[in-house]
Amino acid sequence: MDLSSINPLLLIATMIAASMPIFFAAIGELVAEKSGVLNLGVEGMMIIGAVCGFVAAVETGSPIAGVFAAMLAGAALSLLFGLLTQLLHANQVATGLALTLFGLGLSALIGQSYAGIKPPSFPQIGFGTLSELPVIGALLFGYDALVYASAVLVVAVWWFLGRSRGGLALRAVGENQDAAHALGYRVVAIRMGAIVFGGACAGVGGAYLSLLRVPQWTEGATAGAGWIALALVVFSSWKPFRVVLGAFLFGGVTLLQLNLQAVGAEINPVYLSMAPYLVTIVALAAISGTGRGAHLGAPGSLGKPFHASG
Amino acid sequence: MKFRNWLTAASAVCAYVALAAGPLHSDPLKVGFIYVGPTGDFGWTYEHDQGRLAVEEAYGDAVQTSYVESVPEGADAERVLTQMALSGHKLIFTTSFGYMDPTINVAAKFPDVRFEHATGYKRADNVSTYSARFYEGRAVIGHIAGRMTKTNKIGYIASYPIPEVIRGINSAYIHARKVNPDVEFKIVWVFTWFDPAKEADAASTLIEQGVDVIMQHTDSPAAMTIAEEKGIHAFGQASDMKQFGPNARLSSIIDNWAPYYVARTGAMMDGTWESVDTWHGINEGMVEIGEFSDQIPAEVQTEAQAISDAIVAGNYHPFTGPLNKQDGSAWLSEGETADDGVMLGMNFYVEGIEGSIPQ
Repeated sequence: MDLSSINPLLLIATMIAASMPIFFAAIGELVAEKSGVLNLGVEGMMIIGAVCGFVAAVETGSPIAGVFAAMLAGAALSLLFGLLTQLLHANQVATGLALTLFGLGLSALIGQSYAGIKPPSFPQIGFGTLSELPVIGALLFGYDALVYASAVLVVAVWWFLGRSRGGLALRAVGENQDAAHALGYRVVAIRMGAIVFGGACAGVGGAYLSLLRVPQWTEGATAGAGWIALALVVFSSWKPFRVVLGAFLFGGVTLLQLNLQAVGAEINPVYLSMAPYLVTIVALAAISGTGRGAHLGAPGSLGKPFHASG
Repeated sequence: MKFRNWLTAASAVCAYVALAAGPLHSDPLKVGFIYVGPTGDFGWTYEHDQGRLAVEEAYGDAVQTSYVESVPEGADAERVLTQMALSGHKLIFTTSFGYMDPTINVAAKFPDVRFEHATGYKRADNVSTYSARFYEGRAVIGHIAGRMTKTNKIGYIASYPIPEVIRGINSAYIHARKVNPDVEFKIVWVFTWFDPAKEADAASTLIEQGVDVIMQHTDSPAAMTIAEEKGIHAFGQASDMKQFGPNARLSSIIDNWAPYYVARTGAMMDGTWESVDTWHGINEGMVEIGEFSDQIPAEVQTEAQAISDAIVAGNYHPFTGPLNKQDGSAWLSEGETADDGVMLGMNFYVEGIEGSIPQ
């Protein structure tokens, strides 16, 4: 075993790239769940984003257009979820599952003639001489635009949820829908906004997968990333910055164990593969053990249907 | 993860119900297939589905085929198989190693239904097994890899530590080392058949470690895409995969299940079906070597073709002694060849491969 042949800077950079799809999906779902909506259709919205982003990027030749198309596609699918659950009062769990099935099937249909096509490559942001600085250059200035966008996004979500009036209203709706309604907040409208935001983020996560991480379209390309994103929201106990940490952990451990194998470390890969899930269990146990958050920080009205007459 | 499996199974059942609801006319023979990945994986499952389409082509209205894709190995497979058997399928192909026990369990409950399990070793009166001698193809591409590598490091993306996968690694290694004594195999186990992102990560990781030729035993073309991007070489697995790596692809091992599926369906129709164990290789056409890329020098192409020809003619066995096991103990003496029993249960590396097989 020769650990020195692993380049730590390169490893960290690839771990960040590996965490991006689940980060985007999870931060969107976090906002939706904060408003009290449990959308289990993340996997479906991601894969629709992946295929629509891919198709748009190939057709227009612009990966940026692909990202926007993915955003729209994810948002459109989530809008369907919103209509069904918020206006027609369908069960959220069942609708979310159906959304995943629908997304997987529809993406296979849309992507049928796009197998084996190479998407246009994503532009790197040029920082000039900054990226040539030792260590810091590779660590801070060597990523694609979406990585920097994700940093902005997490700060924005943190600020919005914790520091803005709109975020306060959104959290109020999520914690106690009846009280929020009594105060005059428009529960359904706020939730629709949160759902669509979640869908757009999941779409971007999907596009990251099909345009950057594995630049190709294959059916079922997300392979369960949406479910990991859902677990990540719980792991983070609905706190934006913990999503970053969790995504890095969940996405990074896979890469770490592949790297250790490639240099011949004698660690059974199954132990490392289960590490993020073990950490989730430990984290949840630790959080609930402190007594501070007996409900682990889950929004009070999460998953509950709302009707104004209620 | 359990939730996801349940969901996948639910989706599988939905897909299945939709397919099974076709029109019933003059009682066509219903033939079912279950797949471990999506039919559009352009690898393993894609080729099985080509086989299914060949059955439809061959028998037209006399058969009615249906399939369920992305069925997890294990208990979910048992539910899907039971559903298929209950809905009148008389012949069911189960196309992944992990369906072995589910197939045997369901077959015991439905003695009138015939099952065909791919790549396993458990049989019953109504369960046949079939597989292809992929290790013959591995011998040919192992030779090419050994000749083509400049860094003397070959990467191998392995799925699960089962005999079929280990056999492939050994066969490729033996033939790469034969032409290049300095060759080193870097093997990464991904514990999945189909996860493009993980397969791509494995490929990138191997490339960072100096590998310049990649082989894979997983189902998606993700590694081929990465190889193309990074300017190294790779081989198509199960399908040709040329469109994913026009410059990267050197050759490929293509699985051709169509003749077998057509023959077995035919046997069902004329009542001659019986439980058999089929293990066909290059000779019978179940394993095909994809066209050699121009990037392979002519002499290497000739050598590789010669290995393939010798296997077809029966003059050469990829596991021919003298060969030692990894720990240095003797396995095959000079001129001795491995018998099928040993190959089917292969759970050791041959001498020279570094690392251990995960348990």
